Amino acid sequence: MADTEPPKKLPLDALWRALTSKFGDFAGYDMPLQFEGLIAEHNWTRAHAGLFDVSHMGPCFFALPKGHGFEGEEAHKKVASLIERLVPADIQGLKAGQVRYTMITNEEGGVLDDLMIARPAEPGAAGDLYIVVNAGCKHQDWALIEQATKGEANLVRADDRCLLALQGPSAHMVAAAVIDPALADMSFMTVRRFDAFGRLTVTRSGYTGEDGYEIMVRAEHATALAEALLAHPEVKPVGLGARDSLRLEAGLCLYGHDLDATTSPIEADLAWTIQKRRREAKDFPGAKRILREYELGAARRRVGIRPNDRAPAREGVEIFKDGKKIGVVTSGGFSPTLNGPISMGYVETAHAEPGHVVDLMIRGTPRSATIVPLPFVPHRYVRKGKGS
Amino acid sequence: MTTRYTKDHEWVRLEGDVAIVGITAYAAEQLGDVVFAELPAEGVSFAQGAEMAVVESAKTASDVYAPISGVITAANEAIQNANWETINQSPQADGWFVKMRPSNKAEFYALMDEAAYADYVKGL
Repeated sequence: MADTEPPKKLPLDALWRALTSKFGDFAGYDMPLQFEGLIAEHNWTRAHAGLFDVSHMGPCFFALPKGHGFEGEEAHKKVASLIERLVPADIQGLKAGQVRYTMITNEEGGVLDDLMIARPAEPGAAGDLYIVVNAGCKHQDWALIEQATKGEANLVRADDRCLLALQGPSAHMVAAAVIDPALADMSFMTVRRFDAFGRLTVTRSGYTGEDGYEIMVRAEHATALAEALLAHPEVKPVGLGARDSLRLEAGLCLYGHDLDATTSPIEADLAWTIQKRRREAKDFPGAKRILREYELGAARRRVGIRPNDRAPAREGVEIFKDGKKIGVVTSGGFSPTLNGPISMGYVETAHAEPGHVVDLMIRGTPRSATIVPLPFVPHRYVRKGKGS
Repeated sequence: MTTRYTKDHEWVRLEGDVAIVGITAYAAEQLGDVVFAELPAEGVSFAQGAEMAVVESAKTASDVYAPISGVITAANEAIQNANWETINQSPQADGWFVKMRPSNKAEFYALMDEAAYADYVKGL
């Protein structure tokens, strides 16, 4: 296992080390945790644009074999039908250039990973999918995909490339200036390739709740791209610490914490990721449990939690109601935007409605908290109508 | 001279029969922005090394241990009143945590002095 090996260096290691000494091992990679300061970086991203190195993630291409003989829509439907063996989202229904968030589920209806699947916009790429999975799960995910589709399609890893995330309200302006003006015209959750800095695969997406982009660039062009972005006065580098507080404010799940192999998408309040065609076809792993919970509700649900005092409630803090344990915190910390503690966790459904008051057991002391809707901070995604 | 340090990065300054306790500049820098702290109440006794207070940054929660045995005689009001930035701005002066009445001053003199602590931090 990777645990015994020294953490891998990012392709841009030297660039980040010139800017900070605060590094830490995350999913087998030696990652920059913090630059100027977690709260400053967090607030800068919400007000301007933050640049994150997320090259530890697992981007890959999944494609029909050469000479597959299918064209256009038919080729897409074929490759999409293969990946649908593992995920409950409607991938066949993706339009060219569309990105969808989904999960790899197991037969018990638990979540093995959450991921993004994109259908390339370019007609020449029909029959290809661009997939990005989590760093800590990538070897498992790729093995599962290959096992389930052996001989029918090819999986090509792209994790030797760099993946940079540019996030924040200035991201579109910076991306247009540094890369290509057409980036500003993309809608959130779409993908396009650009002939700049070698060749870029760009999705308008992110993990902060802000508008922004995730940009895959070949390692040999990555320094030039990162330096060009950092040279823009609206951009500062942001570490993994602020990435976590930003995603928590946005109510987004962190795999291994807010989602795991025992948690169903329905419990996780992610029913919206399972489109009608798949619910009717009932043909994905764990469909039995997931659709039963979809119809009847799950016993527990992921909720937002606002402590009523200042003490942060972190992962593992137990949640009580009238002295009885009703749940547990799965992510928690400090929200710079709200200037107070926030948590996410799972509680019994009877207590999951916003406004319910519960107790958080922090270091042996019960502290009052209120169930609140997610996200804590509204998303500011840029969705564009056709032709706008 | 009259300030001593622990391996857990607490400092303690002895002024007559009063020991003033806080976390070191190194600890404050490592923690980053403090977003919560909880101090013990006046009158509570601690043995040396016992968990005495909690300080949380945006990153993580850390225990603060009693650097010497004794009874709490005061807690810093600025921290009690949620002015936690004091800990980052002035960890070894205005950002003190508690005052204690030491029960055994020999424990104090056995701790690292400033030079020894500086060497210790250099080796981390």
